[in-house]
Amino acid sequence: MQYATPDTIDAAVGLLAGAAGNARVLAGGTDLLVQMRSGMLAPDLIVDIKYISETRAITPEAGGFRIGAAVAGAELTEHPDVKNVWPGVVESVDLIGSTQIQGRASMGGNLCNASPAADSVPAMIAAGMVAKVAGPGGVREVPVEEICTAPGQTSLAKGEFVVSFFLPARPAHSGDAYLRFIPRTEMDIAVVGAGVSLTLDESGTCTAARVAVGAVAPTVLLVPDGIAALIGSKVDDEALDKLAAAARAVCNPINDKRGTIEYRIKVAGVLAQRAAKIALERARNN
Amino acid sequence: MAKTHVTTTINGDEVEFLCENDQTLLDVLRDELHMNGTKEGCATGDCGACSVTVDGRLVCSCLMLGVEVDGKSVATIEGMAEGSELHPLQRKFLEHAALQCGICTPGFLVAAKSLLERNADPSETQIRYWLAGNLCRCTGYDKIVRAVMDAAAEMRGEAA
Repeated sequence: MQYATPDTIDAAVGLLAGAAGNARVLAGGTDLLVQMRSGMLAPDLIVDIKYISETRAITPEAGGFRIGAAVAGAELTEHPDVKNVWPGVVESVDLIGSTQIQGRASMGGNLCNASPAADSVPAMIAAGMVAKVAGPGGVREVPVEEICTAPGQTSLAKGEFVVSFFLPARPAHSGDAYLRFIPRTEMDIAVVGAGVSLTLDESGTCTAARVAVGAVAPTVLLVPDGIAALIGSKVDDEALDKLAAAARAVCNPINDKRGTIEYRIKVAGVLAQRAAKIALERARNN
Repeated sequence: MAKTHVTTTINGDEVEFLCENDQTLLDVLRDELHMNGTKEGCATGDCGACSVTVDGRLVCSCLMLGVEVDGKSVATIEGMAEGSELHPLQRKFLEHAALQCGICTPGFLVAAKSLLERNADPSETQIRYWLAGNLCRCTGYDKIVRAVMDAAAEMRGEAA
């Protein structure tokens, strides 16, 4: 197995595109090394993207932030500004694994591992984050919801990798939240996750909203009817009931040891409502 | 296959080693450098027995490649005591009987030290969350948490 440490995007793309065998991108490695160890993967080439400065940096951009794909969870949590602006995004990343995992695990890895239960992904989609994907054809900006196509599968072509994410500016009177259900308090995989971001006008009417649910389908899903129910409402009980119904309607979950189909569908509605209430409270307070 | 030459700092000393590209940092520490204080538990990042710090950041050494520490600074359990003088956390673990079989202990000590470097006065809840990624099948955790709280108090200069 070859191990490469390119320090430019072009060099990384060249290595990934030119690889004869199975090439994998290494960010924090908390999924990749487990998969290698278990025999699921035997890469011929590992491209460590952490020597590319953009993958490791959090910088202000257009009123929001650019966050490197390999920024570790702990680095994001410790950043003085991001959690004040987008608390739901930061809380979702902070839920991934233990302190040790937080020292390495990244949003880029959490997304590209393409688990339906990835905690940061519903919050990223709710926040309208956009992935900067570099590849042999140049750079393209891809909404996060278009990256995963199936469990373990992404829309990235050979030679492409996620360099960084754009987290947009947040308008006044906006808030976001992410909630997940697990049967214990720490260190587990989401049975259901729900992310909500919304914006209010001066009268308290919702003018913009994004809702995404995780672990209830092969990929994390936007909830268009839930978004429609929130926009134009005061985020009152009627709108929240419609949101819950819409969140349940998009679910297409599996039965497994952590939750039955019926249970996941029920909980998806509950969590979407609760996350919306937290996002509403946050929106009213800024 | 040709091995890769890595230059790093471990517990303050410059160290060079050769390793395979797919060897984990844990395997390098134990099998190449014969530093056996760091333990292998699950090898999947769930148990924390292999905890070390890299550039001051707590990580599982089983989830990191050895080649990744080139130019970095690694701290392991072997660097915790100063000669024969135990670190306060080590002493308090003994005093509180916060270990039985001892396999998890180096990981708990490295993780707890990392917490106290960031927060000299953690609450019990903060300690329990920080150490949630360290598993112990013997003690039931309570004595470990007491030992960390007691060590923190001593390190703050407070009487126990």
